[in-house]
Order: sequence, then C-alpha cells, then structure tokens
Amino acid sequence: MESKPLGGKIFTKPFKILMVFGIIGVILILKRYFLGLGSVSNLNDGYPWGMWIVYDVVTGTAIACGGYAMAMLIYIFNKGEYHPLIRSALMAGMFGYTLAGVSIYIDTGRWWNLQNIFLPGTANPNSIMFEVAVCVALYVAVMWIEFSPAFFEGKEQHKGKLKLLNKVMFFFIALGILLPTLHQSSLGSLMIIAGQKVSPLWQTNWLPLLYLITAITMGYAIVVFESLFSSIGLKRPLETSMLSKLAGVIPKLLIVYFVFRFGDLIYRGALGHIFDIDLKSFMFILENLLYIYPVVILFSAAKRKNPKYLFLSAVSMLLAGVLYRFNTYLVGFNPGNGYVYFPSFSEIMITVGIIAIEIMAYLVFVKTLPVLPQVKHAQ
Amino acid sequence: MNLQRRDFFKVLSAGVITATTSRSAQARPTFKQPPDAVGLLYDATLCIGCKACEVGCKTRNEKPNVHSEIEEYFGVSGVWDDSRDLDSATMNKIKVYKNGTAAVKDREIDGFSFVKRACMHCFDPDCQSACPTSALIKDPVKGYVTYDKDACCGCRYCQVACQYLIPKFEYHKALPELVKCEMCNHILEEGGITGCAEWCPTGATIYGKLDDLMAEARKRLELKPGDRYSFSVHTVDSDEKKSRPVEKYIDHIYGEKEGGGAQYIMLSAVPFQKLGLPEMPETSGASKSETLQHTLYKGLIGPIILLGGMVVATYRSTKKHQTDE
Ligand code: SF4
Ligand code: SF4
Repeated sequence: MESKPLGGKIFTKPFKILMVFGIIGVILILKRYFLGLGSVSNLNDGYPWGMWIVYDVVTGTAIACGGYAMAMLIYIFNKGEYHPLIRSALMAGMFGYTLAGVSIYIDTGRWWNLQNIFLPGTANPNSIMFEVAVCVALYVAVMWIEFSPAFFEGKEQHKGKLKLLNKVMFFFIALGILLPTLHQSSLGSLMIIAGQKVSPLWQTNWLPLLYLITAITMGYAIVVFESLFSSIGLKRPLETSMLSKLAGVIPKLLIVYFVFRFGDLIYRGALGHIFDIDLKSFMFILENLLYIYPVVILFSAAKRKNPKYLFLSAVSMLLAGVLYRFNTYLVGFNPGNGYVYFPSFSEIMITVGIIAIEIMAYLVFVKTLPVLPQVKHAQ
Repeated sequence: MNLQRRDFFKVLSAGVITATTSRSAQARPTFKQPPDAVGLLYDATLCIGCKACEVGCKTRNEKPNVHSEIEEYFGVSGVWDDSRDLDSATMNKIKVYKNGTAAVKDREIDGFSFVKRACMHCFDPDCQSACPTSALIKDPVKGYVTYDKDACCGCRYCQVACQYLIPKFEYHKALPELVKCEMCNHILEEGGITGCAEWCPTGATIYGKLDDLMAEARKRLELKPGDRYSFSVHTVDSDEKKSRPVEKYIDHIYGEKEGGGAQYIMLSAVPFQKLGLPEMPETSGASKSETLQHTLYKGLIGPIILLGGMVVATYRSTKKHQTDE
C-alpha cells in the first residue's frame, strides 16, 4: 500500500490558533532562559521535577510509543497487514520524542553541560538517567532515519539514496524496537532511588516492567486514537476493521499488567493504602478505573468494532497511562518538610506551546509528505 | 506460530534468562566507610541554638545572607541572615523542635531541642548514583561528597534521589548552580577544619576522623545522665574542653546505620524523627537502583542479545514485505 501527501492549505484557521499558543510558549521559554527556572515555574527544592519532566518527557514519550509498538507488531510478530499504519505512527512518535528532547533543554538548569552525560570523563553508567538519556537520544536519531524515506520517495533524483536506505533499514528498525524497550522501562526505574518519597501505592521494584507494558499499550491506543481522529478531522475513511483488531491487543497486555501491579501491591502489603481516603488513594482508584475500562470494552469483539467505543477506550487507555505517570512522579511523590507543588500558569503554557508546535509540525508533514496511507477510491 | 516468531522468542528468552539469572553475583552491595573517613559529630544536647555554625558556614563558603519578609516588615531587612531552612544560599541550618510549653531543653514533651541539618556525606550517596554527569563525587579516601559545577547539567535528579533533601538549586538564576555542603574540603585540604566546627563555641559540632567521632559518640551514650563530663570543642581530639552535666541521650547514633551509614553523625535527647530526620533503611537507595539496573543490563549483554534477535526478525520480515510488493 502506498502513502501519499494529503495536500491542501497549510495556514488554516486551527493552524493559526495553534500558532498563537506556540508563540506564547516560545516567549515564556525565552523568559526562563533570562530569569531562571523559578521565574516561569513552581519547581522547587522539594519538587525538582514538575510538569515538564512528567508530561513532556515521561508521559510524552510514552504517548509517542505508537511507532515503536507498531514496529514490534509488524516486524517482530510479523503482522504485515498493519503496515499502512506505521508511517504516521512513526512520525507522531518522532515529534513526540524530538520535543521531549527539546523540553530537556528547557528543564535542565545547566543545559550547556548536557553533553557531559555522554562524554567518557563524566558519564555515569550507574545513573538510570544516563541510560534514559543515551537511549532517548539514539532513538530520536533512529526515528528520523526510519522516517527519512518519506523525504525522498517519488523523487527521481533521490532514487539511489532511497534504495540504499531501504537496504539497511532493517537494522534501524531493530534498533528502533530495542531502544524504547530499554528506556521506557528505565523511565519507571528512575523513581526507584526516590525511595520513601514515593507512596507505597506506586513505589516498587516492578516499576520498569509496569512502565514498559503501559508504554506499549499507550502506543497502540495512540495509533487507534490518531487514526480515528484524523479520519474525522481530515475527512478520511475510517479504518475500523484494522483498528479494532489492533485494539484487541490492549486488554491482553493490560491483564498481564494487572497481575503484576496488584500481585506486587498485595505482596508488599500496600494495598490497604487504597482506603486512606486521601488524594493519593482517590487518584489510585481513578487511575485503575481508567485501565479497567478498555479491558472491559475491548474484550468484547462487538464493541471493539464500534468506532465510538473504540475511540473511548483508546482515550481511557491513554488517560490511564498519563495518570499513572503523574501519580508516580507527582501525586504520589511527597518529599516532606512542607514542600508543595502545582504547576504555574506559565509552566503549563510552555507545555501547551510545545504541544501546539508538535501538532503544527504533524499537520505540515502529513500535508506535504507521503505519510498517511493512500485512500482507495475504487471500493 | 511461524518461523520468525519462534526464533524471536528463543532469542528473547535467552536475553531474559541472562538478565535474570545469577542475580546475587550482580547485586551491588551498599558501600562501606571509606578508609580515611573524616566527619562531624553533632550533639544536640550541647547545642544552644546560637547559629554561629551557620555564620561559619557562610563565611567559609562565601554564601550571601538570605532576607525574609518578616525582616522587611519590621524594617530591619538586610541586618542579619534570616534563611528559614536549608536553601541555595544556606548549606547548614539550625532548626528547632518545640512541644507544648517548651519549658525545658532536651525533653520530648513540653520541651525543645535544636538540630543542625546539613549533608550527611553518606557512605553510599544516592545523589552520586543518580547524577548522570558525575558532578557529585564521594572522595574515595576521606569520603566527603563534593560538587563540580562544570560537570553538572542541572537535571536535579540528585534532588529527587537524596532522602535528606540536601541538594538545593538556584531556581532564580539564569545560570544556576547546585548547592550542598561539601564539608569545607577546600579548607580541610589546607589542614583546617570545617566552618561549622570552627565557629561552634560549645562543642556541639566537632570535626575529626570518623572512627574517633564514632568512639566518642558511643562513649557519651555510656555516660550516666547528670554526671559531669568534659566535652571537647571544635575537634574530637581538642585540648579545649567544656565541662557540663550529661543529658539523657536517646540510645541511637543517627547516621551510623541510616542509608548504610554516613559521615555526619548525631546524638540527641529527643527522638530523631521528632527533629525532622527521616527513618531510613540500613541499605542505600543507590544499591537498590543499581542492582536492578545491572541485573537488567548485565553489562549490555542482555540488550545486545535482544538486539541480535530483533535484527534477525526485522531482516526477515522486511525482506518478506519487499518481495510481497
Ligand atoms: S545526604 Fe544527600 S546530598 Fe548528602 S551525600 Fe547523602 S545523598 Fe548526597
Ligand atoms: S543537577 Fe547536577 S549534580 Fe544534580 S544530578 Fe543533575 S547533573 Fe548531577
């Protein structure tokens, strides 16, 4: 199946609205560089990581796991029939990860020293952060390589390059499956050293596995979500049959997740904290209800075929994963000593600006490059 | 199940097996006391809350005074240091515990106590394990934990990791630095002692070799409350002594076992948790985190095997897709 540029006007009304948010974000980012992190954020010594790390990096890359999750299905489990979905998933992933990389430059106080993470004299392989940084940086590069044929396709003068790329592509695809497996789990491991600061409802040695499974299910959910959303938004035919089959993978993985999640809570004797009747216990329950919804809905073959339920369960799955990450890193995180944190308006607007830029880039790319599968008119 | 899939699972399980077997061989123990460890002993029963140590700390480390709204309100702003807690200009802080009428010092109920908070200089620092740029390093011989701003990228993972909330960050500067007690190593290297111990007039904070400090702390726990004892001032082996009655200590040396051990140890007559010190396991978070990571990675053998399997699988399926087309 061929992919095709969508064509059409770029500066549409929604695009211009996105631009406004993008510009506000950029202005606030400039302020941060001149006046310090505290001038735009509520970050503090007790809560050194806030909205940016938890949303833009930890959650954003999990949402960007569509390309990874699809590649695993297509190339490792050899389900070639899903191939039409991969390129747009890959591209969304590429933006998600690239912008996570950009966010790192906003969040780190001494960003001009970031290369020290990779230099032999200063790198610290014992640090989970080292592993995350290396894998994420490599994966961003790998995704741009994986996506690069889109720039060359259909152009006579680039035929040679394209052929060469396709020859070695299998290696990058393999790397593109390995790297997220490593760093998505490490994004969970990051919090292990925070020890008692993280509530027993979330602190566990199983964090890497739980983060990996949910990143993959979020990957499938975002593919379903994006496909349904762009079908409506960009007026394309629904790909329901393929999507419902794909969505069927989610509940199976989530069952494995639940076994480990609750098995561990029971084993550690931490399950009782559900009844603490505080913000943490409430958020824990909400998080798990959001996980349960897609399991219940997607196990039913009939409901799975209904675009409405398909869409709702994808959204529920995504929200569950988002909440799980916010809960581990912020809601369930209490450094003590009276520290509190809630993102400031500017902090939120910077994240909103980044997301706006991400969507703008997505729109430009699908309209000018062969990303989305060609619509077959002859049906 | 087709061929690729079976192969893939074979490789995958090989990876998983290498990653999960011989766990014990890979377990990274909590680090022990460095050979020539130096440290500080703080005895809350001797502390009079004068904050001379804070002045000493700021003087020795050239940190500015902090001013609060309260000062401003009373029109005395800028007169003295009024930091409210450890912050990015304050690496050493005297805090107070109060209960009920706060009538008597060193009593838990209706009493009060001071506590001096600063970096514990852990045997196995979580901050060191967390730091991706090796900016926080524990001296392998003397054991103080130092900071190198030229390495630091400002990610603040050390702040997430440290259970004592010690590293502080300059959130309001365009070119911020991390700030933490480095045990005045620049002065120790010239043969001096830490600012806090040098300034402390009562002997509440003394500097010395950790073994000597620990022996002194143990000795104090053996003393009979009410008896007079000559407490050394500034250093553990000092000739300058101050004689006073012994208080009734809590039978615990905070920092001896906490997080695997530390080089800043404390004695108190009020339970340490009441003073705001965390109850800590006897192993370090660093050992837990690194054991897990090393178990999963096996010095990269696991990931390489996994990559091998994936390369084989993707090679076959891309080949298949190409011939299909
Ligand atoms: S107390 Fe905190 S900052 Fe000090 S050495 Fe231990 S982990 Fe590091
Ligand atoms: S903020 Fe600096 S010292 Fe702290 S972990 Fe990050 S790089 Fe290391």
